[in-house]
Amino acid sequence: MAGSAACLPTMHISGEKTISSASRIVNARHENVRNAQGSLNSDAVYSLLNRAMENFFETSSAQRIWGRLFKPADTVGIKINCLAGKGISTSHEVVDAIIENLLECGISKDRIIVWDRANVDLEKAGYHVKTSTRNVRYFGTDHVGYSRRLYESGQIGSFLSNILVKECTAIINVPILKDHGIVGITNALKNFFGAIHNPNKYHSHLGDPYIADVNVLSEIRNKTRLTVCDALTCQYEGGPPFMPQWTWHYNGIIVGRDMVALDTLGWKIIEDKRKENGLASLKEAGREPTYIHTAADPLHSLGIHDLSKIDLISV
Amino acid sequence: MIISRRKFMKDTALLCSLSPFAQSALSASAHSDDFLTEARYYEKLPHRKIKCNLCPRHCVIDDQERGYCGVRENRDGIYYTLVHSRPCTAHVDPIEKKPLFHFHPGSLAFSIATVGCNVECKFCQNWQISQIRPEQIDNLELPPEKIVRLAQKSHSRAIAYTYTEPVIFTEYMYDCAICGNENGIKSVMISNGYICETPMRDLVKVLHAVKIDLKAFTEKFYRDLVAGELKPVLDTLVLLKEMNVWTEIVYLIIPTHNDSPNELKDMCRWIVRNLGADVPIHFTRFYPQYRMKNLPPTPVSTLVNARKIALEAGLNYAYVGNIPGHPGESTMCPNCNEVLIRRAGYSIIENNMVDTKCPKCDTLIAGVWK
Repeated sequence: MAGSAACLPTMHISGEKTISSASRIVNARHENVRNAQGSLNSDAVYSLLNRAMENFFETSSAQRIWGRLFKPADTVGIKINCLAGKGISTSHEVVDAIIENLLECGISKDRIIVWDRANVDLEKAGYHVKTSTRNVRYFGTDHVGYSRRLYESGQIGSFLSNILVKECTAIINVPILKDHGIVGITNALKNFFGAIHNPNKYHSHLGDPYIADVNVLSEIRNKTRLTVCDALTCQYEGGPPFMPQWTWHYNGIIVGRDMVALDTLGWKIIEDKRKENGLASLKEAGREPTYIHTAADPLHSLGIHDLSKIDLISV
Repeated sequence: MIISRRKFMKDTALLCSLSPFAQSALSASAHSDDFLTEARYYEKLPHRKIKCNLCPRHCVIDDQERGYCGVRENRDGIYYTLVHSRPCTAHVDPIEKKPLFHFHPGSLAFSIATVGCNVECKFCQNWQISQIRPEQIDNLELPPEKIVRLAQKSHSRAIAYTYTEPVIFTEYMYDCAICGNENGIKSVMISNGYICETPMRDLVKVLHAVKIDLKAFTEKFYRDLVAGELKPVLDTLVLLKEMNVWTEIVYLIIPTHNDSPNELKDMCRWIVRNLGADVPIHFTRFYPQYRMKNLPPTPVSTLVNARKIALEAGLNYAYVGNIPGHPGESTMCPNCNEVLIRRAGYSIIENNMVDTKCPKCDTLIAGVWK
């Protein structure tokens, strides 16, 4: 059953076309994001990101879009996924490209926070913890703690990161796309397990309905203005830890606001790669990511999971 | 042993000050790896995965991930407990608070817990410590030898592993119990019974009493409100009987969820049939907590009726709990109905037992009295 996208806020960009199709996603790919040695090229990643943004908003000026999405008064949290260390975490190049765009549209350095669960996780992925407000800040929730309030939604009850609750007015969700040994895949929706204090409680039953329940929380739903899926390097088996034998260079950045649609496409990308390599489907492997369907059901209404109804633009 | 209130307060003042119960916000502080200990009861799987065999969940855990309990972590294919020697709280309690009514009545229990739990009861009374992870609270550093010294200093007869779920800190509990046994301090486990057979068998060898929270007598309740299963808990109870360790049962009665007379009858009959008539059962009063704040406290009449059902089913010792001063807190002789131990809350008002027997009819009263 496809979910309704009606609940997703329509984005009005002054002077631009209104993006009323909340299920639009743009899958931008290019081999030139890497040099001959396979390392990422920062300028090429920046260009690829903004090409995705321009196509998403149907404009030729990505900078203009960033300025409409985020105001100087915003404190923008960039929620990365860095639990698996340097091998398969949100790329520095993608984070840097986002930061550069935010700075260009007038967000001051002290109003940008790159974050995940713990400082040690950031360090393991090569991000240096910085807490001075003279610069862009990088830190984990352990730096500021969790909310005093217990947030409840469906089956879950959790404290939320104070970075999400107290520090930030807007969130850019920047997950990576990879296989997950319990819930099937981890991408946009699952990334917010890094914002709750008790993710260990909610991996049972393929994370279903817990992952959907977490994303219904108003603090997540209302503050997340954009998802930039880092699909430059992906992993199709053995996740969530880094298993180099199952990673590949997909060389993509996928942009959207409908996390269900993004996960639906991510799921397909992983399944296609598994099939190509002779692996069983996630369903056959006993870990079909059913939480994506649940996120689209009328109770959660987080987006659309029917690929035929997703406005997918490939560039 | 009777100790003066002054001495008791002096000896336990430190412990009170260490309690984090008053801490309302999660600190999310980094935790120390000083006491990192390899976990027992797990098996290694390919690609640095492990399978935990401590509790019936049998979590399969990837590298750098934790089990459901949140206190055991896979690091490069080796499974570690993060809470050995790291209790989050320590108190000196009357043994009646556990509750254990037939185990050294009137004695003290040096009571400890680490954070974490292997279930998630929607009605948990200690959810602020049971449902968090070790790095989210300031923990103490108390290795087993220190626990035993503190127990001795506070004149405790036993160490009680309680408040959260001791199954998840089984290595620490086991090591404390061994150390206690070497120094004349007993050990009691206050548990949900959701544990695999092998670790329970190992624990029983060093424990002196176990209290099991039997949360309901239906799988539906366990599935919906506990995130666990009934069957393994019943298996644990049978194992405890088989291994002849003193066991008492608590049944928290939650209005509309586990209070039907038929369910209570079925449970009591099961206990008589499988564990015998001498297992004490405590029907305790529910108060709205955690994620079940929409229900009223259990009516006293429901508890009284449950006790009546238990006695009619053939159980010899049935109590009501969480109603201080209620006559159902007292121990009566199952033969002549003489009041043997009169209680008010956690206090012993009078103890009329002669050795292990009823003073009036000489009936042997089940329990651990000496």
